Amino acid sequence: MTTTKPAPPSAPPSAVVHRATRSFSALAPQRTRHTLLTTAAVLAAAIIWAGVSAGSGTVLIQALVTGILTGGIYSLIAMGLTLIYGVLHIINFANGAMVGLAMYLTLTFVDGTGGMHPYIALIVVVPAMLALGAVLQAILLNPVMRAPLQVQLLITIGIALAVENILLLVYGPNPRSVALPGNRAVKIFGAAVELSRIYALVGAMILVAVLWLVLQKTRTGTAVRAVSANPEGARLVGINIKRIYVLTFAIGTAAAGAAGVLIAPFSTIEPTAGSIFNLTAFVVVVLGGMGNVPGALVGGFVVGLTEQLGALIMPGQSSLLAVFIVFLVVLFARPTGVFGRAS
Amino acid sequence: MLELSAVSSGYHGLEILHEVSVSVRTGEIVAIVGANGAGKTTTLRTAVGELKPMSGSVTLFGKPVSAGRSFDAARDGLMLVPENRALFGSLTVRENLTMGTWARNARNGFREQQILELFPILAERQEQRAETLSGGQQQMLAIARALMGAPHILLLDEPSTGLSPKFTWDVFNAVQQVKEQGVGVLIVEQNASQVLSLADRAYVLEAGSVVLEGTAAELAKDPRVQAAYLGA
Repeated sequence: MTTTKPAPPSAPPSAVVHRATRSFSALAPQRTRHTLLTTAAVLAAAIIWAGVSAGSGTVLIQALVTGILTGGIYSLIAMGLTLIYGVLHIINFANGAMVGLAMYLTLTFVDGTGGMHPYIALIVVVPAMLALGAVLQAILLNPVMRAPLQVQLLITIGIALAVENILLLVYGPNPRSVALPGNRAVKIFGAAVELSRIYALVGAMILVAVLWLVLQKTRTGTAVRAVSANPEGARLVGINIKRIYVLTFAIGTAAAGAAGVLIAPFSTIEPTAGSIFNLTAFVVVVLGGMGNVPGALVGGFVVGLTEQLGALIMPGQSSLLAVFIVFLVVLFARPTGVFGRAS
Repeated sequence: MLELSAVSSGYHGLEILHEVSVSVRTGEIVAIVGANGAGKTTTLRTAVGELKPMSGSVTLFGKPVSAGRSFDAARDGLMLVPENRALFGSLTVRENLTMGTWARNARNGFREQQILELFPILAERQEQRAETLSGGQQQMLAIARALMGAPHILLLDEPSTGLSPKFTWDVFNAVQQVKEQGVGVLIVEQNASQVLSLADRAYVLEAGSVVLEGTAAELAKDPRVQAAYLGA
């Protein structure tokens, strides 16, 4: 007879469940709401504390505005990093160097075109960085995707060193800058802000939105998420995973590149200018949950604000001190990141 | 037709399959029965090119299946539903099904509408994330996703694992309809009695070798099969 042995009431945990820690999608609504509320409460407390420490509303508003403006850039840089981690499981230490490279490419573009608007460089630099990312993945990383993690890490560190030293060789050690035509300071709620920073934030948010839409709405974007969710399943439906790896690394590199162009007008451009973003973006990615794209968006703003408010609460310290305190607290309390899904 | 000829295969240099020959034509259901560790999953993984055979050959309609390029096998119409289902957990049911068509090319086969009629529960849950489905629903989604690729040959690894008898019946019923559409199905099961009543032909795998083969009806009557797998 066709009797089966009694089945367990629920299915055995499948690979699906374990893979789910790296998610592109929004999280379970209830949990997200809870997390967002907690984050907002902590942030509100920090704002009040910073306001009392500063003793001036103008200073506090200046800090908040600056924090949001830099936070948006952090989001964009971290988005590339978290995307690459989510799909390839590589922490890309070359991410910062790519920001630096893009700054120099912007400089060269502006000089080479006799003072063209630096943001027009996006049209050239972003495709160039996309191509560079694709080549690096195809030639250097794809052959070692099955190797132990440290092999891939060392390769990305090697790429970073190579890029920084090539920049040093080509452009020399002296700091450079790019002028933004028509740049001036404007007042936002009494805080003085350069127009270039506002443009950069708007540009970053547009790019983040485009990236998000590509991942969510296009067939290729869905394939990227599918590879992240279950590489075996992706192979079995006919997706060439190595091509998706190439595409993902290219997109991540292009995101870092776009950020480099956007911040070039208000940055000191030197060969190691991007390396600071390795650290900041890594903190953003861990806060947002490794591989969690919307988490990186929120994480960017949290880190941007933390830097500025921390400087008010602990005057005279490095702005990174507060960031790392938050980082350590999160690692202890929520190792999967504030927005990461518990595995 | 999918043909494994004298295939030896295994993991890390350890040979698990010993010169196994198995064939599946379109429009038939072929079962492989055997105990845990007999090499059933290894057979399927070698068939789609996830594992490289140590010797012997795997061909799909006469064309060799290249190891390490299972995405090509999918493109040529060979789809595996592994025992762990390998669903895209964080993607919705609809997105899982869409990804199933990745390798479809211009092949004709099941249309989405037909597949959703086969598994009505999926139609109701298109916007739900795959990981939130029950085990039985996940199995249906895994099969549905594979059918979206319009396979010529469908390989199923223990589709009844973890399913209630009702879901098992639903899945086997679907397999029957898939066959009637001209798809060849190779189904691996520990649950011999059910699968032998479903299949046209069957192989019995023991310790990595085919020890018996024939029509499913013959094998179901074979005293050795009855003693070992049917609890008679």
